[in-house]
Amino acid sequence: MEKDTNKKRRKRKKASVDTGRCVGCGACESVCPKAAVKVWKGCYAKADEALCVGCGKCAGTCPAGCIEMKEVEHDAE
Amino acid sequence: MRNNQRSSQKKLQRKKHWYDYLWIWTIIYFALGFFNILFAWLGMIDFLVPLIIAVCGGGKFFCNHCCGRGQLLNLLGTKGKLSRNRTTPRWMSSKAFRYGFLAFFLIMFANMVWNTYLVGAGASSLREAIKLFWTFRVPWSWAYHGSTFPDWVAQYSFGFYSIMLTSTLIGLIVMALYKPRTWCTFCPMGTMTPEYLQAERRRETLIRKKEGEELVRFAIIGISYSGGNAEDLHSEFPPCPGTASRFPHFGSSGAYE
Repeated sequence: MEKDTNKKRRKRKKASVDTGRCVGCGACESVCPKAAVKVWKGCYAKADEALCVGCGKCAGTCPAGCIEMKEVEHDAE
Repeated sequence: MRNNQRSSQKKLQRKKHWYDYLWIWTIIYFALGFFNILFAWLGMIDFLVPLIIAVCGGGKFFCNHCCGRGQLLNLLGTKGKLSRNRTTPRWMSSKAFRYGFLAFFLIMFANMVWNTYLVGAGASSLREAIKLFWTFRVPWSWAYHGSTFPDWVAQYSFGFYSIMLTSTLIGLIVMALYKPRTWCTFCPMGTMTPEYLQAERRRETLIRKKEGEELVRFAIIGISYSGGNAEDLHSEFPPCPGTASRFPHFGSSGAYE
């Protein structure tokens, strides 16, 4: 546990989807260069934080404006 | 420096597939309608394929990958720089507006089918014109030269082409005013997802809610338990059935790892 607390934490922007407002059009999926955003069973978009590089293309293209780039803390490599 | 920029840009470029070029089909479709209105029947592909895919369990695969109109709007808005790229008003993606527009669209579609029936039954004559925005009649007689098919076939073509052209024009207007694919937020085809998808959505929300409750339970146990190791904690507070599979970090024993 001690090791974890000593690890350097870094902040990085990651895509976050407001699933309640998402219409599932897939505009984000078609622009994501890392295939980090996918439309789950045609219902709404889901962003994979592990794959997301925080480029913000999905947030820029989302017509419903339901994708936000949120700062997420993660371990430094 | 420039090489580095180029390589990073290349890394962020998405791999293209055959279906990324379906916007060409949309242009061909509207072009064909100028020469012979009977080609409007080809629009039924765009009408039925999304529904068939959704019913067969493919979800919104058509919207996400194969929608030529969405691709065309995106292309004109981004590469053509015809969009102001402003935030779409929230009401446009609200359920009330989406379902309201779907209802209006279906009523107008039913009206078009009724007109086709009247021509087929001989109660009405063929009108060689298209209706834009369900209001403005535009003469389109140059695109119909008579055929071996009955008149109702042509009437349906005029009606269907009107719907396709009107929806594309609305799409282009909202593309110019807001984001390139704003049309997709209230597209009737997109709204017409089968009810079972909505059922799946509700199920997923329920599972998440339950998972949240489980996490809270574990957090409370973690705080209230002081002493011993994870194994002791597990023996004292056995996990709920199915928890281990949903929370891999709790391990197969149920203890936090």
